Amino acid sequence: MNERLTPFLWLLFSAGGTVAALLFPVHVFLVALAFPLGALPAPSYEALHGLVQHPLVRIYIFVLISLPLFHWAHRFRYTLYDGLQLYHLTNLIAVLCYGAALAGTAATAYVLLTLTR
Amino acid sequence: MNGDMSGGAGLHHVGDGGMTRRAGLQPGHAYMRYHPKWYRRRMSVWWWLQKGSYAQFVLRELTSVAVAFFAFIFLWQVWALGQGPQAYAHVVARLGTPLAVVLSVVGFVLVLYHTVTWFNLAPAAMVVRVSGRRVPGWMVAAANYAAWVLLSAVVAWFFLGANQ
Amino acid sequence: MASTITLAVTRYRPEEEAEPTVETYTVPFRKDWVVLDALNHIKDHQDGTLSYRWSCRMGVCGSCGMMVNGSPKLTCAAFLSDYAPGPVRVEPLQFFPIVRDLIVDIGEFLHKLKKVKPWIVRAEEQPLSEGEYLQTPDEVDAYKAFSMCINCMLCYSACPIVGLESHFTGPAAIALAQRYNLDSRDQGASGRVEILSDHEGMWGCTFVGDCSRVCPKNVDPAAAIQQYKLTTAVDTLKSWLLPRGSR
Repeated sequence: MNERLTPFLWLLFSAGGTVAALLFPVHVFLVALAFPLGALPAPSYEALHGLVQHPLVRIYIFVLISLPLFHWAHRFRYTLYDGLQLYHLTNLIAVLCYGAALAGTAATAYVLLTLTR
Repeated sequence: MNGDMSGGAGLHHVGDGGMTRRAGLQPGHAYMRYHPKWYRRRMSVWWWLQKGSYAQFVLRELTSVAVAFFAFIFLWQVWALGQGPQAYAHVVARLGTPLAVVLSVVGFVLVLYHTVTWFNLAPAAMVVRVSGRRVPGWMVAAANYAAWVLLSAVVAWFFLGANQ
Repeated sequence: MASTITLAVTRYRPEEEAEPTVETYTVPFRKDWVVLDALNHIKDHQDGTLSYRWSCRMGVCGSCGMMVNGSPKLTCAAFLSDYAPGPVRVEPLQFFPIVRDLIVDIGEFLHKLKKVKPWIVRAEEQPLSEGEYLQTPDEVDAYKAFSMCINCMLCYSACPIVGLESHFTGPAAIALAQRYNLDSRDQGASGRVEILSDHEGMWGCTFVGDCSRVCPKNVDPAAAIQQYKLTTAVDTLKSWLLPRGSR
């Protein structure tokens, strides 16, 4: 792994960890628990669709998804090779983890840019 | 632990010509007068279960799997918003199935664990100074929790007020 | 109160054993005795061949660190009464190669310590006639907590990364580097970053945090390393984004 990239990846990890810590509990509670279970009145399709038309909301969603993915990549990478002692696979694990985060980021950007209807 | 070795012939003095070939000694495990053999234990693959604090650490790191899982759920939902009302209704219905609810409950607990550990550890890494004096760690953590409550309220307001 | 307590002590005699073994000793149980007192009692009255390091008996020299019931401790500060009724497990510091009985090889540690240049590095020494380098109380506070280390190596025995990667520079040495980085008299930070900016240095740390929990001097090496990562990461980002002159 390129050592010069490590500080940058660590910053992404930190930023993603902060975003996840601050925003994920409320999003998860509402979107994955309270709304599907009917515990709270869910917003209508039209209301949410209207909301995501705003560029700032799209930037917010991009940050909300992308940075925590890099947070996952960094932590999962270290846990995999320290936890299971897979030091001979260090490079492969790093490429797979950060690659997955990059792919997720690209997919998020694509979905947000093409979301028009 | 290793009875056959400790019960050996009691050769305490160094320089006995035959001792390197005693039963049970691994090849190469020779004791030489000025170059003794260090003993290094290998770390178990299960090291993270051997101590409470190590297990808590690994659990903390694995909360990131829940984070990635929900990032994917959010992406799925935003994608469905662009596909139309039927696709969106389908996603909401799928999130209400028993399996999804169980996964979400477990994931929600892990995400909360991430939040608490993140805020509690943040003061160690962040040295905040106000007019040259270091702000105490508990105040940095308290500021994080305050921001969490505030931001959660704002997000909830957007979601719950979206119908109006 | 029981009048005796049992100690299960690791023995390793490389001239006759391929692996360490455990020997149990029963010693008088006195509430003012620490584990080191019990070991000294064994050495003086029961088995003179037991080998271990100790010196000051008062938590300053840092030489009597051992695993007591699985946790790294200064044995001069580990009271037997806290482990009653026993048996008390006494082992050499883990993750270090064992030389004999409770004695570990500290050669690698000393090498790592020296590697981070734990002294004041100056681009140019100011002449003696100009007097000493002065510091304000705030400048002293910036590094004081990290300067309390006594090199007892308990943090190395607490750190799983040290056990997993024997080349990892480890908590005390990286914290000591940060101690000098934060010293207003020092100018060696850029040299130390080059030494520590890899996976054998600060980026090998995953913030398990046990080093800080076991430190008898409250040095908080984990905090030192995370702060070091943050400054290094921000400096690296600045060096990419800002033109050379304005750094």
